[in-house]
Amino acid sequence: MTNHPVLEVRNLVKVYGEGEAQVRALRGVSLTVERGDYVAIMGSSGSGKSTLMNILGCLDTPTSGRYLLDGVDVSRLDDRQLALVRNRRIGFVFQAFNLIPRTSAVSNVELPLAYAGMKAAERRRRALAALGMVGLADRADHEPNQLSGGQQQRVAVARALVTAPALVLADEPTGNLDTRSTADVLAVLDRLNRSGRTIVLITHEDDVARHAKRLIRLVDGQIVHDEVLHHSGNTAVLT
Amino acid sequence: MSIFETIRFAVRGVLANKLRSGLTVLGILIGVAAVILLVAVGNGSAKAIQASIERLGTNTLTVSSGGVRQSASATQNTSLTTDLVSALSDRNAAPDVKSASPVVTTAPDATYDGVDHTIAQFVGTTPTYLPAANDTVSRGTGFTDDDVKDARRVMVIGSTVAQALFDRTDPVGKQITVNGTLFTVTGVLADKGGSGFNDPNDIAIAPVTAVQESLTGYGPLNQLLVQATAPDSVDAAQAEVTAILNQKLHVANAASPPYRILNQSQLLSARQDSAKTFTVLLGAVAAISLLVGGIGITNIMMVTVTERTREIGIRKALGAPKRTVLTQFLVEATVLSLIGGLLGVAAAVIGSQFTIVGIKPVIVPASVALALGVSVAIGLFFGSYPASRAAGLRPIEALRYE
Repeated sequence: MTNHPVLEVRNLVKVYGEGEAQVRALRGVSLTVERGDYVAIMGSSGSGKSTLMNILGCLDTPTSGRYLLDGVDVSRLDDRQLALVRNRRIGFVFQAFNLIPRTSAVSNVELPLAYAGMKAAERRRRALAALGMVGLADRADHEPNQLSGGQQQRVAVARALVTAPALVLADEPTGNLDTRSTADVLAVLDRLNRSGRTIVLITHEDDVARHAKRLIRLVDGQIVHDEVLHHSGNTAVLT
Repeated sequence: MSIFETIRFAVRGVLANKLRSGLTVLGILIGVAAVILLVAVGNGSAKAIQASIERLGTNTLTVSSGGVRQSASATQNTSLTTDLVSALSDRNAAPDVKSASPVVTTAPDATYDGVDHTIAQFVGTTPTYLPAANDTVSRGTGFTDDDVKDARRVMVIGSTVAQALFDRTDPVGKQITVNGTLFTVTGVLADKGGSGFNDPNDIAIAPVTAVQESLTGYGPLNQLLVQATAPDSVDAAQAEVTAILNQKLHVANAASPPYRILNQSQLLSARQDSAKTFTVLLGAVAAISLLVGGIGITNIMMVTVTERTREIGIRKALGAPKRTVLTQFLVEATVLSLIGGLLGVAAAVIGSQFTIVGIKPVIVPASVALALGVSVAIGLFFGSYPASRAAGLRPIEALRYE
């Protein structure tokens, strides 16, 4: 089991629409991400990076190609098993936060644990711990509309990491945030990676990409650039 | 995730958006309450009509003189007389007639202790009139056949007369001056209800002999009141009465007799027909309001659940299986539908305590079951159908839903 890469995609193709209106968002992407890696995917708007991310997060299905998550072919899984994979293996951070409205921060963070079948008391304890990790322990009872954008995104990050998933996917997590909030969120992701989690992150900001260990550039649905960044302590440099 | 946990999620979902939940509940409440109340008003008015018919007495025939005059036999006396009463009371000739009572009516002024009152209907008759006319004596006694034979000036009075002349004093045993003649009150009739132009309680009943002697003179009778043995023998009784009258009055042309027979049961069936039409009409109105209420519920459920497609996408992205999402929305819809439905029933029950446009509504239990059942079923279906559609989508499609 452990010798499998965390994720491995082979010749991934995604086509939207039909006939004249057909858009080929991904044109054969192949990619392997090893355990503990920190990958930044960059690309202009329309390059297919979000499509790739949604497929990696099991939120969408590819038109063709193989996707192995921990060595398991995702296309063979039924709805229940997919729900289980999303719940246990993957933590997803959306650009638009996607918190459940009118529901407190701690309840939002608890949600994946509840779907995992955890008891209420244990759930609350872990959710509060996760909120503590992102520095929002004092805002646990606030509803999303009472939090700033940065705080909402940190709640979303807490929700993604509360199940301790091996893979954290973040789709432009800092896209809607100011500089200060961006630094907060990135610090959390860096800490996660140092503790051994695999992180794949989409961004179009070089500053953000510089946090990663590996940089991939997508153009028109194809990988045109894949480089390993050699640096350490990059957070110190940036902040 | 356990069912209990799912229910807690659903209740939290209901409480998280109080305005939305409140509006949904209100929509269902109005739908249910409107149907129940409408049917109750229709039922109440049908009941009122039925009660007023039953007050009249349903197994009687009224024979009145003055049909078509027969010029050929103008010399023949065709007026109604007390002789006819004894002929109609003959068990052999008229087995379906329970009793026949002579009726003379007048509307005299009555005075007691300086108080005047014009009695709308002063009836001279025999004791058989009281059961035939569905009258009962509530206080004191009625008069007897001996009173009729001896032409004693006694009478029973209706509650309106008692109220007008005696106010709160007990009228039994008091003497009333009726057009200058003293009559002794022996009893007071039970209230027959009813109101409006024809007050059935503005009545006095006395022996026919006494009334003829002192008030109307010995002319012909105004009417004969014939009571059949049972409501369903009224038609047979009518045939017998017709035969006897034709013979006694020497009617040559049976097609145009010198008298008229009014059949109370014909009146009853005519009124029951109209009551039935009324009920059908109100049933149709109720069905339409159920439909409209149902569409209202459909609307608000579809909108509120479709609006939450994104939320369903988020929940799925976090690893909620389709079944869990469905159960949550089904429980939410059940909670809202049931609360709305039960509040609607409560509102209808409270509303039916009041008189609506002169009608006291009477709730039909079946309408409660129907309104509640249909509304809850619609609420459940249209609450869970869009949820199931959304839960069946890939998470990214649900998330992108605007």
